[in-house]
Amino acid sequence: MKLYDGGKILIGLVIFIAFAAFPFYFNIGKVNAKPEPKLDTPVILQMPEQERKCVEPKAFMRTEHMQLLNNWRDSVVRDGYRQYVSEASGKHFNMSLQNECMRCHANKKKFCDECHNYMAVKPYCWDCHIAPKEDDRS
Amino acid sequence: MLEKALVGSKKYWVWVAFLGFFALSGLYYYLQQFKYGLGLTGLSRDVSWGLYIGQFTFLVGVAASAVMLVIPHYLHDYKKFSKIVILGEFLAIAAVTMCILFIFVDMGQPMRIMNVVLHPTLNSVMFWDSVVLSGYLFLNLMIGWVTLSSDRKGVAPPKWIKPLIYLSVPWAVSIHTVTAFLYAGLPGRHFWLSAVMAARFLASAFAGGPALLIILALIVRKVTKFDPGKEPIQTLGVIVTYAMFANVFLLGLEFFTAFYSNIPGHMESFKYLYAGLHGHNELVPMMWTSSIFALVSLVMLLIPSIRRNEVTLSFACIMLFISLWIDKGFGLIIGGFVPNMMNQIRPYWPTRQESIITLGVWAIGFLILTFLYKIAVSVREETAGVEIEH
Amino acid sequence: MSIDRRQFLKIAGISSLLGIGATAASATHNVWIKGIEPPQVEPGKEALTAEHWAMVVDMSKFKTEEDIKKAVSACHTTHNVPDFGNIKDEIKWIWKEKYESAFPDQENPYMEEKIKEMPFIVLCNHCENPACVRVCPTQATFKRKQDGIVMMDMHRCIGCRFCMAACPYGARSFNYRDPRPFIKNENKEYPTRTKGVVEKCTFCTERLAVGKIPACVEAAPKGGLIFGDLADRNSEIRKIVETRYTIRRKAELGTGPSVYYLIGGNEHA
Repeated sequence: MKLYDGGKILIGLVIFIAFAAFPFYFNIGKVNAKPEPKLDTPVILQMPEQERKCVEPKAFMRTEHMQLLNNWRDSVVRDGYRQYVSEASGKHFNMSLQNECMRCHANKKKFCDECHNYMAVKPYCWDCHIAPKEDDRS
Repeated sequence: MLEKALVGSKKYWVWVAFLGFFALSGLYYYLQQFKYGLGLTGLSRDVSWGLYIGQFTFLVGVAASAVMLVIPHYLHDYKKFSKIVILGEFLAIAAVTMCILFIFVDMGQPMRIMNVVLHPTLNSVMFWDSVVLSGYLFLNLMIGWVTLSSDRKGVAPPKWIKPLIYLSVPWAVSIHTVTAFLYAGLPGRHFWLSAVMAARFLASAFAGGPALLIILALIVRKVTKFDPGKEPIQTLGVIVTYAMFANVFLLGLEFFTAFYSNIPGHMESFKYLYAGLHGHNELVPMMWTSSIFALVSLVMLLIPSIRRNEVTLSFACIMLFISLWIDKGFGLIIGGFVPNMMNQIRPYWPTRQESIITLGVWAIGFLILTFLYKIAVSVREETAGVEIEH
Repeated sequence: MSIDRRQFLKIAGISSLLGIGATAASATHNVWIKGIEPPQVEPGKEALTAEHWAMVVDMSKFKTEEDIKKAVSACHTTHNVPDFGNIKDEIKWIWKEKYESAFPDQENPYMEEKIKEMPFIVLCNHCENPACVRVCPTQATFKRKQDGIVMMDMHRCIGCRFCMAACPYGARSFNYRDPRPFIKNENKEYPTRTKGVVEKCTFCTERLAVGKIPACVEAAPKGGLIFGDLADRNSEIRKIVETRYTIRRKAELGTGPSVYYLIGGNEHA
């Protein structure tokens, strides 16, 4: 069976494989550590251990925090509700990324950005919502 | 049939490269605008719509004009248009694409365009504009493609295309009516707050679009082996004449209402555009050019011997097109924003980047038009002598 | 059975559409689509509420330029409104205009010179029948059902600027560029905006929610800006509007502005 235009096809195939496999061979040998978000902000450390609870349990927050924030956004801006009642703990929280979430998690670079950078996700919340000022020394 | 756009003479490819250069320049400056923000344009807090939206408004009219070929041919069996209806439909596709592109480059947050679909707002005219424009694009793509491929095969098009063709007639009227509603329902802007807006838009569309079609048909005759024929072009000339008369008449009506009533809110914008206001007369030369071109072209078109001569006809059409472009693509928009809502004059003029982006979008539109016309013309050349059955 | 290319493509296309549609339909368990409602969310206990927030402007209480500047900068500082330094890109939520600009339809060539020259504070009128809300294609600007405030959802705004064309009062501003470098003193408790969205006065919904009156009202001289519930018969603002002569900007347009300008000054101080 004759392969017509075989030369062009093979060259094209090689170029395609070079592009498609690029992410894999480019990262060979590079250390890509698992993200380890840090919870050791002064605000959190000041709280007694039992009270160190986020709005909802960690597992829920890890997967659904963006959906939760979207819901908060609509609730605050559009419906005028600002107090959130936690499903897990019944505690009241102020529905604000800037003023509530970041109150405890003021270490955006070592918390939020840890996983976001690993996943190459760039949420544009920070275009408007003012990120907490961080000490770059630690 | 797409492959027909990929073969062509040297002149064809030079033309494509020429357009491609402008398209790429537009893209380059658009990326700058995307990064910096719309501040790269001449837009301001007071004049928040400018060249981009003006071009959009003008091109919706050009797109709607395809209906001026569809109605005689499909509703009244005017067989003489059978070979060139496709040119009108393909022009509509290119024009609507340009409209969509102009909206896109004008948006502050183009990445959020899906919000219009995710949060449909039935009381918003802009929502309906997006609906009808998308629908019109879809209609023309379907109709143009199906009829052309049937022509190529020498058969009648499938029956299901007929309802779509009939639908495209009121739909074409609707796209320009809805676009006029963008302006005609805003309470504060007396320059636009006129019942006659939609009628004026349609009249100028039905003059400007077919005028462009005449020029395009003459160009097609010159550079290809497809001859649209003398009679269709003459009929189009008559359509342009009637529509232009209506357009000039309606503009006159606007002048009358504004100046006979002597209401300041109604007069101020006209004064700014045509005479200058408080020392600001940036737009006066352009607007007078538009009016003079409009009257001269109308008179030329009204005289049968001038209209029948294809050279003078094309001259009149070019003047008419420029006149309408200035009026609808620029003057109309700026007049609504100057003076502003506090009666202050804050003039607007497009920046260099804004103009290059605009040229880029026009280049993309003409590229699409070139490719589509190449396909249509190739089919016509192939099937020359074969009767068209629709 | 043999199918040709066209049939194959048709089958592939329809199957993909069905597949995507089914996946979307089955995503109903997704929190994102559900949204949250009371009792999981509540208004704050100290929140100020009203049926129809409105404002009366009494310019006689603004004795100096400083008084006006204080009110304007209270708003602009609280809300991180940038100062670009040029009129073209200007963003302002509240500012002053002369009589002929604030009330262009109320011409009076023999009017007292004092009134012709004096500044009037203008801002979004939070209309009862707002044109901007009518035209917004995404409901990014909307009228709050609970208190009538015409609000901005900066997250949803696509920057089409139709609302700016529709507003008869020129109350809206657009971010023609990134505002952050031009914010003098950042208020860390309020977000900024980003380029490409429209913004305007929101009657300080974030302050009302915690029991505070709007920033401009607080910073203005006493009685200069009176803020209250027009639907409450016993409110100060209702009493003023019912007993004194007030005018509204371009009232004939049917927008129903909620900002009333007191004529003749108020003894009430």
